[in-house]
Amino acid sequence: MEKEQDKVLREVTESDYKYGFVTEIDADEIPKGLNHETVRLISKKKNEPQWMLDFRLKAFDKWLTMKMPNWAHLNIPEIDYQDIIYYSAPKQEPKYTSLDEIDPEIKATFDKLGIPLDEQKRLSGVAVDVVMDSVSVKTTFQETLAEKGIIFCSFSEAVQNHPDLVKKYMGSVVPYGDNFFAALNSAVFSDGSFCYIPKNVRCPMELSTYFRINAMNTGQFERTLIIAEEASYVSYMEGCTAPMRDENQLHAAIVEIIVMKDAEVKYSTVQNWYPGNKEGKGGVYNFVTKRGICKGENSKLSWAQVETGSAITWKYPSTILKGDNSVSEFYSVALTNNFQQADTGTKMIHLGKNTSSIIVSKGISAGKSENSYRGLVKIGKNAENARNFSQCDSLLLGDKCGAHTFPYIDVENESAIVEHEATTSKISEDQIFYCNQRGIATEEAIGLIVNGYAKEVINKLPMEFAVEAQKLLQISLEGSVG
Amino acid sequence: MLVIKNLHAEISGKKILKGLSLEVKPGEIHAIMGPNGSGKSTLSAVLTGNENFTVTEGEIYYEGKDLFQLNFEERAKAGIFLSFQYPVEIPGVSMINFMKTAVNEQRKSKNLPPMSSGEFLKYMREMKDLVELKSDLANRSVNVGFSGGEKKRNEIFQMAMLKPKLAILDETDSGLDIDALRVVANGVNKLKTPENASIVITHYQRLLDFIVPDFVHVLYDGKIVKSAGKELALELEEKGYNWIQKELEV
Repeated sequence: MEKEQDKVLREVTESDYKYGFVTEIDADEIPKGLNHETVRLISKKKNEPQWMLDFRLKAFDKWLTMKMPNWAHLNIPEIDYQDIIYYSAPKQEPKYTSLDEIDPEIKATFDKLGIPLDEQKRLSGVAVDVVMDSVSVKTTFQETLAEKGIIFCSFSEAVQNHPDLVKKYMGSVVPYGDNFFAALNSAVFSDGSFCYIPKNVRCPMELSTYFRINAMNTGQFERTLIIAEEASYVSYMEGCTAPMRDENQLHAAIVEIIVMKDAEVKYSTVQNWYPGNKEGKGGVYNFVTKRGICKGENSKLSWAQVETGSAITWKYPSTILKGDNSVSEFYSVALTNNFQQADTGTKMIHLGKNTSSIIVSKGISAGKSENSYRGLVKIGKNAENARNFSQCDSLLLGDKCGAHTFPYIDVENESAIVEHEATTSKISEDQIFYCNQRGIATEEAIGLIVNGYAKEVINKLPMEFAVEAQKLLQISLEGSVG
Repeated sequence: MLVIKNLHAEISGKKILKGLSLEVKPGEIHAIMGPNGSGKSTLSAVLTGNENFTVTEGEIYYEGKDLFQLNFEERAKAGIFLSFQYPVEIPGVSMINFMKTAVNEQRKSKNLPPMSSGEFLKYMREMKDLVELKSDLANRSVNVGFSGGEKKRNEIFQMAMLKPKLAILDETDSGLDIDALRVVANGVNKLKTPENASIVITHYQRLLDFIVPDFVHVLYDGKIVKSAGKELALELEEKGYNWIQKELEV
């Protein structure tokens, strides 16, 4: 007889990705392939100033000299960079001032994803920038935010309307030649979000960007730039989905965050790109460079991420703690199932005095997936009294998956205190049986246990996201005990 | 309520139960006593559906239905409750969340709407008082960091919350000091109604000072070899299990 748990495992791991639909819209696409002309064409499409084009070309030349990184615990099939479309925009002039101008198909798409573009329908506490394929289609609540001097717009708009800010900060945290994918992004990025919080302003609502890949054979390369001036505060969230397709799609993004003196930024991600089917076919390659700098004294940057999607994830949201007394936190849940692979973690670079950081990473592996935590804690020469606490837990479901931890610690100052704790556990049959005996079915029991395990991280997410993240964990995993 | 006929069960080829028969009616408390290795815990495992044990022969009817047709959580939803000898720790899952899920799952199976958070918290407070459970246990993760006594009390608390028809207390007295024993027993006594029944599995007589059984059965070598009223427990205490063994040999 098939064991109950195995049955549930089979049923649930075969459950469908519910964001996998495709929207039929006319798209303005450029031909496949990547060369200097492609870069120029993208820049031209976006009507960019010369300095922006120069930045792109510099990055592209750098990229040509670089090789794809191979140090991660990932098995990445060869990617043909000439076989990708680098720009695809829903036809109609992008950037809609009024809702009526938006293609109803696009509107319907985001309604279906639970991201209504209509401000009336949205929870009043969240402003959203919506990016579909290569362009931002709508940013809500811009006027409300502008009253406080907050700039929240697509990256393209920022290039046009706030060139000084973009010029000053773009590439200041993630230089164009930082790594292979950062260079690629810097050359061909098409849009993204820009956010500027002026001095002493507390952003009154959650800001969020919702990324959607729709078009076929298209790579998504967006960048986000967040600047929090002195004593300001903002909470920022990003979410993402993609259609189910048999071929892999490339997503290489950059996020740069600058946090000034006494300012605080919270950055939350719920990453749910299409993970591929249960045989490991298709899915998004998610190669992302996210980095923030705590530039001023007493600044604070918190990362919270729930990663359940993507066929391959390569992502290390990092913080440079430059200002004295600055603080950074990294809370992460990375879940892999079926044939997913994730190599994710963080870097905490302590440069200032009395800086402190906390890393809490919870990996959950199921199916035949591989899940790795990779983290660096670096204490610089001048970082007197720096502190770090790292906790890396792995939870295994079944016996065909892998969990790995690669912590790197590099301390150049003797006054530092660096702690690292790691655990690996399995959901035991006894735990499941205990729940069953109280009337809780195996599926629910696993959801309960996994959410309990991830609670510390989920609690760090903004309310609206936390609920979504909990459901996501349950959907992605229910019953995955073998 | 529960009829066990000629039950044979084994674990990894080793025969443990060898023809056990027992009948439990509503309102009754049955004590099952026996020396180590006689099959006491196997009985509770088979009743709750533990897959490590294989039933090779015999029948169990619960409320007229073939018990073997129900999986674990269906048995729980049908009102069978096991107070575990070794309750499992579930890190990260708060008792509140755990109990709320359990209570609402059981309500769902009875076509009742889920309890609201307000209702639930009130109900939980009442039940906590009933079993004299310290209030902070409810906010901690299920059994994590609980002392032996707290774990057992927590089992009785869950029993109070879930109001089973048939409660099986598997060695609930093991590892308890006399105060904890009293509290646990009080809980069981308070939860007793004419409609529900309990099977108290124990090695020692002392729990039966507090929970007075209607019947005492002696389990020996996989079979019930002697059944009588509560006085049998005292006799056993006095004479020891060797007495039964000798009697059987005669």
